[in-house]
Amino acid sequence: MRREPPQTFADYSPLLFPAAMLTIFFVVPFGTMIAVSFFQRQQGGFYTPAFVFDNYARFLSAFFGGVLGFSMMMAIAVAICCVLLALPFTYLLTRMARRVQIVWLVALLSILSLSEVIIGFAWSTLFSRTAGITNILVALGLMSEAKALTPSFAAVLTGMVYQAFPYTVLVLFPALVRLDPTLTEAARTLGASPLKAFFTVVVPALRNTIVATLIMVFIFALGSYLLPQLLGRPQHWTLSVLITDQAIYQSNMPFAAAMAVFLVLVTLGLVALTVIAGRKGEAA
Amino acid sequence: MNINSIKRRTLLGAGLAGASMLAMPAVLRAQDKSLKVGVYGGYFKDSFDKNIFPEFTKATGIAVESIAEPTGEAWLVQLEQAARAGQAPADVSMMSQVAMLKGQATELWTPIDMAKIKDASNLLDRFVNKYPDGRVAGVGAVSWYITLVTNTNVYKEAPTSWTALWDPANADKLGLLALVSNSFLLEVTAKTHMGGTNALDTEEGILKAFEKLAEVKPNVRLWYRDEAQFEQALKSGEIPMGQYYHDVTGLAAADGHPVRSTFPKEGGIQDSGCWALSRASQKAEEAHIFIEYMCQPAIQATLSRKVGTAPTVKRESTDLTDKEFAAVSSDIEPIVPRYDLYQSKSDWLNQKWTELIVG
Repeated sequence: MRREPPQTFADYSPLLFPAAMLTIFFVVPFGTMIAVSFFQRQQGGFYTPAFVFDNYARFLSAFFGGVLGFSMMMAIAVAICCVLLALPFTYLLTRMARRVQIVWLVALLSILSLSEVIIGFAWSTLFSRTAGITNILVALGLMSEAKALTPSFAAVLTGMVYQAFPYTVLVLFPALVRLDPTLTEAARTLGASPLKAFFTVVVPALRNTIVATLIMVFIFALGSYLLPQLLGRPQHWTLSVLITDQAIYQSNMPFAAAMAVFLVLVTLGLVALTVIAGRKGEAA
Repeated sequence: MNINSIKRRTLLGAGLAGASMLAMPAVLRAQDKSLKVGVYGGYFKDSFDKNIFPEFTKATGIAVESIAEPTGEAWLVQLEQAARAGQAPADVSMMSQVAMLKGQATELWTPIDMAKIKDASNLLDRFVNKYPDGRVAGVGAVSWYITLVTNTNVYKEAPTSWTALWDPANADKLGLLALVSNSFLLEVTAKTHMGGTNALDTEEGILKAFEKLAEVKPNVRLWYRDEAQFEQALKSGEIPMGQYYHDVTGLAAADGHPVRSTFPKEGGIQDSGCWALSRASQKAEEAHIFIEYMCQPAIQATLSRKVGTAPTVKRESTDLTDKEFAAVSSDIEPIVPRYDLYQSKSDWLNQKWTELIVG
């Protein structure tokens, strides 16, 4: 079956519904947010429509720059950890029997049904001094006394990797299932060890998928605002936490909107850079 | 196939009947008078639902739908956004003072007609919130204290002063509120180390207080926005000291948890909640009846006994015994928050505060 490119307006009609949904639920709210980011903040009150740059000016400081930098770094770390863990895991999963695969996938999907709040509280209990995992280590004689592992950077990272891991597996799974097994077989026949075959054949063959997954997890992690609060110290709070503070607690919508717009722009910029770098790499 | 479809239809019918039966009381109730009342979620709302609202409905015939509101100014933002769209998620809400002042700035509150409140003369003046031109924006609902709380298993002796927050022995043991406008730690610093909250009159004074407060940072394990987060950690001893609400701590102690609330010698932080009516509400008449009911000395006494809040009416007008009054309040002069600052300097304070705790 050959696919004809759409010719008439009617051929495009199936696109109308998704386009309308995208406009109503994404373009309009995002446009409103951009508009609000230029509004005038009424201190102690709310805001009035205007066109001022104050909100952006306030953001351009070493302090917010530092927070933005930390948020990016954190999201990149989460993305890298997730892919490093999920790639070998998913690869092994695709080599398993169908039944086993289903059990694993259902288990992973059920993690997605947990809210961020539950994940945060569960990990903060696991990392606590009074009821946490260090008590097991003490019981086994591996540690002299129980201690709290939260709040810390490692705790935030663990929580966020846990939350993003199922997404990572679900994105990688189709690509790995479709991967031609003869590729690795050929590598093995030519004398490569399974590990070598994985790194020299599987990983390069999936390069685009891996980059796409990294970007997806990065963006997903960038929006996290509960886990850094539940598991981290204030210096581990991401920009999203400060945006929430401004929007919900300070009723400073214009500043919150300006920060959000800035975050979106920087994110889009980073994604574009990655894509461009990827294209160049392909051409070379 | 046939059997299957019949089954499905029967099931649908049964479901519909069930649903309409469930919906019926709501329809009946809608014909009566009703009022949506916002109170802080959790222990607070539970005790209002149990001890106050059913009696109110019995006395006035007005059904109450209680709405759990979040702490801090989050509810203010929601009310404000909704009012702009002509909606009122709650008719009457209990609002803290900072939120009351911010709502005043945008005329969010419908003025209360004090002539319709019979027991108005019993109210303590400082709990009646007024617009600059004298119209009443909110009427005192309850007042509460934020005190120094400790886990009794970890601290055998109760601390006596707010200076415990600065004590190096308490490194990594404190849980404090995360916002400048609900922790009132600047006032605590000023009262404890700078001779009183008047020290915050100037920006230099405020910056000095920030500097002193920065010394507390190594002791803080948790800056909490969400009360449940700290309450849980306090009960388990994970975070054994901090600032928390006197009333809720008392309720938790009564439930057998190893926690205590102490009024430090510099005083507890006194904050209060007002009943305020959203300008988008159509239920002004019911709201006045509700507020009048809540101002009665007998109801205020019930609140003190059941919820653990301090009355907003003159103590003499209630029948609270000395012991009952001492349980919800203290003779020590309280630290009264500098509400004016959170209106005139809110963004500056917020910026400095965020830099202090995040930096």
